[in-house]
Amino acid sequence: MIVKTLCAGSGGQGVLTLGNVLGNAAMLQGFHATYLPAYGAAMRGGTANCTITIADEEIASPVASAPDIVVALNQPSAFAFINRLVSGGKLIYNSSIVEEVPERHDVEAFAVPANDLAVELGNARSANMIMLGAFAKLAGVPSREAVFSSLKLLMGRKKAVFEAGCRAVDKGMEYLS
Amino acid sequence: MELLNKWPKYYKKDVISHYCPGCGHGIVHRLVAEVLEELDLGRKAYLVCPAGCAVLAYHYFDFDVIESAHGRGTAIATGAKRARPELFVISYQGDGDLSAIGTAETIHSANRGENICVIFINNAVYGMTGGQMAPTSVIGQSTMTSPEGRNPEVDGYPLHITDVVASFPGVAYAERTSVATPAGIRKTRKAIRQAFETQVEGLGYSIVEVLSPCPTNWKMDPVTACRWVEEEMVKEYKPGVLTDKREEKRKEKG
Amino acid sequence: MDKVFISGNHCIAEAAIRAGCRCYFGYPITPQNELGEYMAAHMRRAGGVFLQSESETAAINMVIGAASVGTRVMTSSSSPGVSLKQEGLSFLAGFEFPAVIVNMMRGGPGLGNIAPAQGDYFQSTRGGGHGDYRTPVLAPASVQELADLTVKAFALADAYRTPVMLVGDGMMGQMKEPVTFPEPIDPETLPAKPWALKGRGDGPSRYQASLILDGLEMERHNWKLVRKYKVLAEQETMYESYMMDDAEFVVVAYGTTARIAKGAIKRARKDGLKVGLIRPITLFPFPDKVLRELARSIRHFLVFEMSTGQMVEDVRLALENCGVEINFHGRPGGVIPTPVEFSRVIHRYYRRM
Ligand SMILES: Cc1ncc(C[n+]2csc(CCOP(=O)(O)OP(=O)(O)O)c2C)c(N)n1
Ligand code: SF4
Ligand SMILES: [Mg+2]
Repeated sequence: MIVKTLCAGSGGQGVLTLGNVLGNAAMLQGFHATYLPAYGAAMRGGTANCTITIADEEIASPVASAPDIVVALNQPSAFAFINRLVSGGKLIYNSSIVEEVPERHDVEAFAVPANDLAVELGNARSANMIMLGAFAKLAGVPSREAVFSSLKLLMGRKKAVFEAGCRAVDKGMEYLS
Repeated sequence: MELLNKWPKYYKKDVISHYCPGCGHGIVHRLVAEVLEELDLGRKAYLVCPAGCAVLAYHYFDFDVIESAHGRGTAIATGAKRARPELFVISYQGDGDLSAIGTAETIHSANRGENICVIFINNAVYGMTGGQMAPTSVIGQSTMTSPEGRNPEVDGYPLHITDVVASFPGVAYAERTSVATPAGIRKTRKAIRQAFETQVEGLGYSIVEVLSPCPTNWKMDPVTACRWVEEEMVKEYKPGVLTDKREEKRKEKG
Repeated sequence: MDKVFISGNHCIAEAAIRAGCRCYFGYPITPQNELGEYMAAHMRRAGGVFLQSESETAAINMVIGAASVGTRVMTSSSSPGVSLKQEGLSFLAGFEFPAVIVNMMRGGPGLGNIAPAQGDYFQSTRGGGHGDYRTPVLAPASVQELADLTVKAFALADAYRTPVMLVGDGMMGQMKEPVTFPEPIDPETLPAKPWALKGRGDGPSRYQASLILDGLEMERHNWKLVRKYKVLAEQETMYESYMMDDAEFVVVAYGTTARIAKGAIKRARKDGLKVGLIRPITLFPFPDKVLRELARSIRHFLVFEMSTGQMVEDVRLALENCGVEINFHGRPGGVIPTPVEFSRVIHRYYRRM
């Protein structure tokens, strides 16, 4: 098993946090995992993206030239990265702000109105964790428990943040069930 | 009868000086060794010697010495002092070393207020490589690379680096002296003592610029060279205390 | 200790502190800034020294100062900054001072770019600075190995009294992977360094000089270094062999490129190709012995690099007169090759066998 995921959005949407929580969760569940952020000049211009690979064997390249899953938090990311998806791959997009998904018949697209769901939860900034929940549901990895442990590890010191994160992850998982 | 002028404890015996007759380096070496003895610092002294005529200073100094790449003395001194603050750290440098290739290291070690002492031998020339123009060469001074005399239009002006660093808050003590006269030598000894005490007290960076004859590359006999320091060099580089912030520093430290 | 999901740059810094490194001097340059930043956050708390120098030249000379008094010391940079450090590397080698120098390589020449590259292989393994010396070079291929080899680098540096380089690349520095850190070493418990300058105290004064005017004496010093490198080659050469048991075709690659090569080899294996990998972990000393042994039964070698061909020269030297075929495929300038690309190249040369 090897799943390569590209998460993208604009700076401030918490894309790198999403990736980091995901990578930690995979590690805690005992998988091989890599996380590679776009860095330096690629970070300028307000966009952010990172690639997470989860596997049950040694991971060769942490780069995903053809990811299995793309998580797009904004419109430009959906446009930019749907073409990179491997044939048969999956796009999960933030339908609250992504209005148009380019046509591609060999991939599946899943709409998750993450911003709206986040507002419903009373925490507009948790859209990234909702997307993470949706991802975990769709990919089958990492487990809900692993994601929660990861949140605990990374945010456990702030109880309220940790709990809000768990609720958002659950919300995302439910949405795609 | 007791000899008043004894051989300094931290100066090696039975070595023949490689410095030219009338050179200022040897005089300053001796002063450094004397003051180290006076303040009982020789046992924990760590001196960085430069690329320049003083590259072989460890032939004379009888305490721990390391050589530096050209201009990097104060960076090495910084590393050593930071790693072992209990050491007494001196960077001994020439004018090419300190104010040309090592300018960045000089400026920044001074600006950080590193608790080190810098002994700066200004002989207005690159001694070791055979008398080329230095940043400190005075206007009109003829050198191997300014054969018609230093011309500010093409060669720029004499660099007063000690005045520059003296203005930094991190520099606790800066003085300029000369070793061309007995009085100057006594003053230099005193300045070195002030500088060393500054480090002992932990007050920060101190520097003593010593106007120093280089008869060989100035193509003068030793006496004329000394006279040239006293008559020409001091016009450009006025001896005196350039900054003394030790009282402030003591208050800061509480 | 539990696993930590950590980036390569942070990992090196943490591993260095655990290895008893107590001085760090560096100047910012992408893609290794996070290393210095981690040091800034943690070194002083560990009772050590963090100093952002005014340049890489100053940093490496501060390293010389700290090394000269016996402290475990590190500096890090990326390609352009490592060029500036070469002066100090030459002095460290001449003085025989232990220190660890990290190069997270980026695309070049010149400012180049900040993408991963392996264009500094020659600079790292051939001495880099002036004079007749070499630097042991360790080339990890995972974040875990960055931790392990950082610790190893300090041990080698002390044991052999030499600067040691740790080379990665932009990707290795930025990438996070799970890491188990070794237990921290208390620097006080490390073997004493009787040569270090600590003030003469009541003993004789000592000096460290790199100017050796007497030709014969300088020559002796050079041969002494050579003997040291020979012992290093005999005792410290490291490599990984991967899927070599029945291999009829050998890929040679290091660092990031080796990871990608593994992916390619896995693919090729699925197609029935008998391909294996030799991954040099020490670039100097280079694992030439194992290559020569393999050349007795294997005729085909393929070298992958993220450069226009540097390590391939060491492979050629190792296999001189072995009558084997050595091919090369490289992507310079910061382009990251893919496993698919490498497997295509493997297929191409394999078919010609
Ligand atoms: C990188 C480098 N460049 C050039 C030299 C050659 N060099 C040695 S000493 C020196 C100048 C020394 O002049 P100064 O610092 O004034 O010392 P002095 O000999 O006058 O005491 C030069 C250019 C060197 N050793 N290293
Ligand atoms: S060349 Fe000048 S500085 Fe050098 S030893 Fe001779 S007199 Fe002194
Ligand atoms: Mg001079």
